[in-house]
Amino acid sequence: MSTRLPNAGRLLNRSKAVEFTFNGKRLKGFEGDTLGAALLANDQMMVGRSFKYHRPRGIIASGAEEPNALVNMGQDGRFEPNQRVTTTELFDGLTATSQNHWPSLEFDVGVANNYVARFLPAGFYYKTFMAPRAAWKHVFEPIIRQSAGLGKAPKDRDADRYEHFYAYVDVMVIGGGIAGLQAAKAAGDSGAKVLLVEQTRHWGGRAPVDGAKIDGKPADEWITETLAALAAMDNVSVRTRTMGSGVYDHGYVLAYEQVADHTPGDGRPRHRLWRVRAKQIVTATGAIERPLSFAGNDIPGVMLAGAVRDYAINWGVSVGDRSVVVTNNDDAYRTAITLKEAGLDIPVIIDARAEANGDLPNQARALGIRIETGKAIAKVKGGKRVTGVAICQQAGEGAVLEEIACDSVAMSGGWSPVVHLWSHCGGKLIWDTEQAHFRPDADRSPTGADGAAFVVPAGIANGAMGTADVLVDADKAGKAAAKAAGFTAKRTAAPKAVQVDEAALSPVWIMPQGAGPKARMKMWLDYQNDVKVSDVQLAAREGYESVEHTKRYTTLGMATDQGKLSNINGLAILADSLNADIPQVGTTTFRPPYTPISMGAIAGEARGEIFQPLRKTPIHGWHEKNGVYWEPVGHWRRPYCFQRSGESVEQAVHREVKNTRENLGLLDASTLGKLVVTGPDAGRFLDMMYTNMMSNLKVGKCRYGLMCSENGFLSDDGVVARIDEDTWLCHTTSGGADRIHAWMEEWLQTEWWDWKVYVANLTEQFAQIAVVGPNARKVLEKLGGMDVSKEALAFMEWNEGKIGGFDARVYRISFSGELSYEISVPASQGRAFWDALHEVGAEFGAMAYGTEALHIMRAEKGFIMIGDETDGTIIPQDLGLNWALSKKKEDYLGKRAQQRSHMTDPNRWKLVGLETLDGSVLPDGAYAIAPGNNDNAQRNMVGRVTSTYHSPTLNRGIAMGLVLHGPDRMGEVIEFGKTDQTMVKAKIVDPVFYDKDGEKQNV
Amino acid sequence: MLTLDCPYCGVAAEETELHGGGEAHLKRFGPASSDEDFEGYLFMRENPKGVNFERWRHVNGCGKWFHAARCTMTLEVFGTYSAQTTEPPKALLAKIKKKRPQWPGYGAEK
Repeated sequence: MSTRLPNAGRLLNRSKAVEFTFNGKRLKGFEGDTLGAALLANDQMMVGRSFKYHRPRGIIASGAEEPNALVNMGQDGRFEPNQRVTTTELFDGLTATSQNHWPSLEFDVGVANNYVARFLPAGFYYKTFMAPRAAWKHVFEPIIRQSAGLGKAPKDRDADRYEHFYAYVDVMVIGGGIAGLQAAKAAGDSGAKVLLVEQTRHWGGRAPVDGAKIDGKPADEWITETLAALAAMDNVSVRTRTMGSGVYDHGYVLAYEQVADHTPGDGRPRHRLWRVRAKQIVTATGAIERPLSFAGNDIPGVMLAGAVRDYAINWGVSVGDRSVVVTNNDDAYRTAITLKEAGLDIPVIIDARAEANGDLPNQARALGIRIETGKAIAKVKGGKRVTGVAICQQAGEGAVLEEIACDSVAMSGGWSPVVHLWSHCGGKLIWDTEQAHFRPDADRSPTGADGAAFVVPAGIANGAMGTADVLVDADKAGKAAAKAAGFTAKRTAAPKAVQVDEAALSPVWIMPQGAGPKARMKMWLDYQNDVKVSDVQLAAREGYESVEHTKRYTTLGMATDQGKLSNINGLAILADSLNADIPQVGTTTFRPPYTPISMGAIAGEARGEIFQPLRKTPIHGWHEKNGVYWEPVGHWRRPYCFQRSGESVEQAVHREVKNTRENLGLLDASTLGKLVVTGPDAGRFLDMMYTNMMSNLKVGKCRYGLMCSENGFLSDDGVVARIDEDTWLCHTTSGGADRIHAWMEEWLQTEWWDWKVYVANLTEQFAQIAVVGPNARKVLEKLGGMDVSKEALAFMEWNEGKIGGFDARVYRISFSGELSYEISVPASQGRAFWDALHEVGAEFGAMAYGTEALHIMRAEKGFIMIGDETDGTIIPQDLGLNWALSKKKEDYLGKRAQQRSHMTDPNRWKLVGLETLDGSVLPDGAYAIAPGNNDNAQRNMVGRVTSTYHSPTLNRGIAMGLVLHGPDRMGEVIEFGKTDQTMVKAKIVDPVFYDKDGEKQNV
Repeated sequence: MLTLDCPYCGVAAEETELHGGGEAHLKRFGPASSDEDFEGYLFMRENPKGVNFERWRHVNGCGKWFHAARCTMTLEVFGTYSAQTTEPPKALLAKIKKKRPQWPGYGAEK
């Protein structure tokens, strides 16, 4: 069984016990534990079920590479799935539950997959679900949906907060092992601004566990001294619990700080995303141990040798009383020696190499440990826990020589440098045959804006394997980074360490070498995705030669661990199957993040009210107090309508329309874009921007204009007023102001830069109120000031002056068909003017109306709305707006495109009005159906609804739509499909439903 | 995430401050142009693996458009320059040619 050793655990605070629960069971650990260490200390070896076959799975690693031990952490607003127990710090009150099983971890129904595993090989999904088509929807998809995914998605709103942090440094060092510390020190000594981050809570990495001695001192002492030296430098900052997540273009780094995961609810942000710009980046990211591929290498109790050592030394946990060590290298002997010295039993070390005569094997021998060279594990025995191993010759086919009882297996297939961050931004790798791993190729590093390398690998991450080499390499890396960042490194010597000579490893990709198919089906490569040696071999046989294809076909290296353990073993198997060299096959692409980071951290503060800024008109406060029903328009909120007590939204809208048509409506139109275009060439410029002629507009007059893109498509519309000889005021749609402003700037800056024109966006400088209805003139006359009579201010004219004491610019324009004045006043006077209109207008039936009433009234008049009648594929000609396309002008934006054959095709759908025969409202977006099918076996379509409303004025449904040959088919009845599969008949009519001659607005 | 020096305000701008505007130095073709010319102007774009000339706007900054010469493969930035020109500055072209002797030169791919 796994248990806590007495008096051990360098990271533990034994005086502080911590309570936690796992699957509801109350368990105890110590401060300093990871959840993984505490689970093992409580003999909880099995912690989950595998993804595909639901096999029992235990903890295999001690760090970020852990593929199996993923749990649901926390509850309610702090629930989070797929948390690795090996990187989760234990705290009092922690709750965790295991994943991927039903009904319980111990007894799981899905394990049936395990017994039919033979029928679930690589690509099973792709092969099985092709046919019959109906089976996909009714059989396969429901089953896959049931079993898909690892943990459960959280249901509650996240209770925590997150933040972003920006940092600009000369040198960023990622990884706080001895390499990272030394690199930071070397860089810091030069005066460079250095940021050093370490993903765990502790500094120093594996050196203390491996018993390294540096400058004659135990590693722990050297680490403490170096940290003190770094703390004394003002130019160096250090952070633990901060993972270098990704390296991006031009020295951009994302780092992920787990600020309060171990102190939930203490008010601090849970995670902090560091957005760092570094001139140089040192990746001191260490190495990850590789598993060995032998049958049953996934049974709980089989662990990485380095992890077994970590648990013993760091957390005082023995994972088994009798541990078999299996290896192809010298390093794993350290585990055997550690366990033996802790008083535990090591029945045998199985070494696949022909001989083992290095310092470490000799030390093990001296301790009386039996060493079997040239041997392999034929099979691990056990189900939910290792009970023993069968030994065979590595060179043979697996004939069992001997069975040895044990309760854990410590395996080591050698170490692979963590090259992820080096590779993220294009750093290339080189295959080191001697070490059988990929390491950074210093000649092909990621390059920055200046074309020079900006990432420097250091220590084991750079393939320097022994302690002495690591320190020399890291010192060099730190100095090189400082120099590249423009500093002069101090001439200091790297710390000296005793290097234990280790004999070369022997690459072992399958154990034993000649294992048969049955054994290969039980050799796990990717534990998280249940990919075995046999799956990769099958993929190769089926023609998957590219490692990227094999990855997707077999799922090797997918999901949360992204192949940290499986990568090299998997591609070695693939290379072997293809009779190719490993470097020829290459690796899959390393992509950020290094380990998953929370969505909360990515969002940072941008959630809820501050997700995006809310723009408010000067009259916003009045709306809030008067029953407003909001509608988002761009970043604005606009009143859709104002509800009175007991009124539905629809009733409110109808009341507002009726009152505006009969009495007096007031609309807050402040959101309308107001762009002032001025300068000697302004008229010439607007002639290019608009399809109409604007240069010949007379001062004091208004003109409705259209803007198109160079593709010819209608992009925006609005009324333009000529203010003076050089100045025009262009109204845009509410959502379009910023876009059109940018559009004008783009042309002025990049095409016609010699034209003398300025554009200013004055949208927020003015409040604008539409005073609409038969009583519109009366209320303005009562307010007094400017003459607003028909004679003084005719339709499509504007004037400036005082109204009721307010500084007003009055445009006689109408989007409703009624007598209408749009009055703009300085924003600061907007609310007072609005209040005055209500007060004085009370006797004339003044009533605010919202955007829906506005929309209905414009539809009754057949006016188009950008975004309803247009969708980025519609040209003015489609909408019958040919009158607004100047024939006098040689050119305007979009004119050439509108001459293209597709644009002049008489079969383009054209705008018409639509009236249902039964008076009902057509569904928005409904399509008109014609007989026959198209090439995709869909019904032929001859039109669609673009705007549709119940008109309270006409008391019936009215709509506009685009219909094939529509304007030539007046009076024809066509059919529209509804979502309930029924059809509705509608007559093609003129789009102007109300006051066709415009008599009401022209009074 | 790129950083580009805005030639107007002098800020080393991060990509979040910038808005990409596609290929640089397009010649506009209007109503009298041939179908082929117009198609080239509206649709056909260079997509080189290597030296590329681009339009950018310092949208969350000074608001000005500018040009950048950049390697699409290594992300090396050779230089940024005014938007008010129909071709890259000669000095910049010489600089690129010096750094990339294999490069066929501006406009040679077309």
